[in-house]
Amino acid sequence: MAKSNKITVALIGNPNSGKTTLFNALTGLNQKVGNFPGITVDKKVGACQISQLASKNKIDTEFIDLPGTYSLYPKSMDESISFQVLCDPKNEHHPDVNIIIVDASNLKRSLCLATQVIDLNTPCILALNMMDLIENDGVKIYLKLLEEKLGVAVVPINARKKIGIGNLKQAILNVKERENKNSFVDIKNLCPNLIEDIQKLLNKASDYNAFQIACNYKTITDFSKQDKGKLDNIISKHKFIAKRLQATETVRRYKAIDQLLEECIEYPENSKNNSLTQKLDNILTHPIYGFAIFLGVLFLIFQAVFSWSEYPMEIIDNSISQLSQFVTNSLPEGALNSLIVDGIIAGLGGIVIFVPQIAFLFAFIAILEDTGYMSRVSFITDKLLRGFGLSGRSIIPLLSGAACAIPAVMSARTIPNWKERIITIMVVPLMSCAARLPVYTLLISMMIPAEQKWFIFNLQGLTMMGFYLIGFISAILIAWLMKYIIKSKERSYFVMEMPTYKTPDWRTVFYTIIEKVKVFLIDAGKIIIAISIVLWALSSYGPASKFDEIERKHQNTENAEVIIASEKLESSYAGIIGKSIEPVIAPLGFDWRIGISLITSFAAREVFVGTMSTIYSVGDADNTKSIREKLMSHKNPDTGEAFFTPAVALSLMLFYAFAMQCMSTLAIVFRETNGWKWPVIQFVYMSALAYLASFIAYQLLS
Amino acid sequence: MKNLSDLKLGTKAIIDSFSDKELALKLMEMGCLPGEKIHIERKAPLGDPIAISISGYLLSMRKAEAETIFVNEIK
Repeated sequence: MAKSNKITVALIGNPNSGKTTLFNALTGLNQKVGNFPGITVDKKVGACQISQLASKNKIDTEFIDLPGTYSLYPKSMDESISFQVLCDPKNEHHPDVNIIIVDASNLKRSLCLATQVIDLNTPCILALNMMDLIENDGVKIYLKLLEEKLGVAVVPINARKKIGIGNLKQAILNVKERENKNSFVDIKNLCPNLIEDIQKLLNKASDYNAFQIACNYKTITDFSKQDKGKLDNIISKHKFIAKRLQATETVRRYKAIDQLLEECIEYPENSKNNSLTQKLDNILTHPIYGFAIFLGVLFLIFQAVFSWSEYPMEIIDNSISQLSQFVTNSLPEGALNSLIVDGIIAGLGGIVIFVPQIAFLFAFIAILEDTGYMSRVSFITDKLLRGFGLSGRSIIPLLSGAACAIPAVMSARTIPNWKERIITIMVVPLMSCAARLPVYTLLISMMIPAEQKWFIFNLQGLTMMGFYLIGFISAILIAWLMKYIIKSKERSYFVMEMPTYKTPDWRTVFYTIIEKVKVFLIDAGKIIIAISIVLWALSSYGPASKFDEIERKHQNTENAEVIIASEKLESSYAGIIGKSIEPVIAPLGFDWRIGISLITSFAAREVFVGTMSTIYSVGDADNTKSIREKLMSHKNPDTGEAFFTPAVALSLMLFYAFAMQCMSTLAIVFRETNGWKWPVIQFVYMSALAYLASFIAYQLLS
Repeated sequence: MKNLSDLKLGTKAIIDSFSDKELALKLMEMGCLPGEKIHIERKAPLGDPIAISISGYLLSMRKAEAETIFVNEIK
């Protein structure tokens, strides 16, 4: 069967068929998630060993979880992957065995894809999921007859309850080539000579495989230009019109399925109706209750990501500072110490700190997906968001962006349409995230006296709310603009199954959390660590002579540490950059001190507060003043008046509202879009927007 | 013959044909074949999208997509 001892097994099935649950049951935590090359489709590969019953030999088996699809004809990038892996024998993941997972309660529709895959003549096993459930409903499936008619082994399973998994593994070892190699649809009859010509080109392809390639060879990335040229010739020679024949094929396939099911399945007299699902839908898609419940769910998610995650984040924060304290004390003072503590450990801390938020958000998303509620959310919100180039599925990424953009960007993966997914990812970081809060709090307190009121409202609070609104409105408007700018060949469909409600499968929830945390820590973490080290080097190194001079100057000063830190930062490379960009940021009302803070806070927005505090420590040897007092007492050297006028503060706030001041978000956007193109575009447009907004605000007010 | 999008909530109909060839393929793969019985089961709060039940499951689509499906109403 396989060239080596390893067997490669592809899992294929409709969306909501329980495919991922089966994948988890087969492979456990032994999984790897990556991207397929060049596109943003999750590639999930897992492994397990299967013991042969007779010889007790252990056989290495690799499973690949293919994206869910309703047929082999690709209509999106996800579906194209399934098509390519199964139909192109040269594809690196081309399987030795296919497991087709089929929802027993939806047999007719599932068999469309299943019989297509069987027609490719790769050895197949049909895993009949949730068989026990429909038997309880009184439905009878004649398994032996079904096996005979399909020509492949049929194994009843329940992936959630882990029933039948052992049998399925044994079936993989015992799988046989199909004896009867006739297609379910007489495909040769549809386009006789074409099939033979293609088979001459690609030997051993089954009739149906040849037909599939004729329909979709243009989407196969592994085919050479030469091969494609030859196929072009064959297509034009036979005047092959793919779309028309695909339609005929589908109609005939369903006819064959109808016949087959008539013999193999028996429904009880009073056939089932999903009364529970109907009752729940009456409430959950209700014009008033539906939205009210959805708002409640959103509120809960927001609470979790925003406040519940604070406790674990605090623990992480404390452990990281204990660790850096420990390392600082146990290593000799010097550059290495500083690199490890301020560069690497600080960078690591900056990554791990996001884990609770990611875990909480994906726990909720997994529950919403698994219960079937997510498709209802799309259903009730689609109309509202469609006009802005977003879809019903954008609402959760968008609103969770108000807590933190990183998990929000990751959650955009549930949006099936590429364009809507990209637009959502592009605008999510405009939402006011938690890291902007310390910046806003500081600046608002400087701009507006605490006691100032507008009617009965506290003006500080109102301003804060205003900035949340600015974030949301700009996200929506930019999305609307991008709808016209971003071009996509992929059509946006909303044709979507609304699955019956189920109780959540906690194992799936758990695996989702593990998977997402792993993706973030490993894929985005690498980039974040690299940028952290660069930022650390920029702010701790400068021309050596300058640094020595500072040390010498303050040799005999008491409490010099604070002043030295401040002056060193000023003459570091970050300081030099800050000073050299001063002419560019001067029209926004910023000086070089703010320039330095803009650079260092690229690590994370809240770093702004710390950097400002360090820089403005000059002349405050005891370091007793609060940061607000330090900033307020700073004078403009030209006018002699306070430097932080309301105009400067507002300009700075607007800058932080729009600018992409977060390396972790850029890193995760890189990971999620599989390249630097989109993060670069995002960085540029957000910076431009920030500059423009600050420029206008400052010039008007000053 | 009517457009699927013109049908009222709760009506039953039989699919006749499609006007959008590409969308028709997707719909057919999901079980919406000519001759298949459907039931308008649900409309979203803003009247769009709609959800129909077909061969034992619930399928949602936008009104614009439903417009491409011609049906014969069952009275």
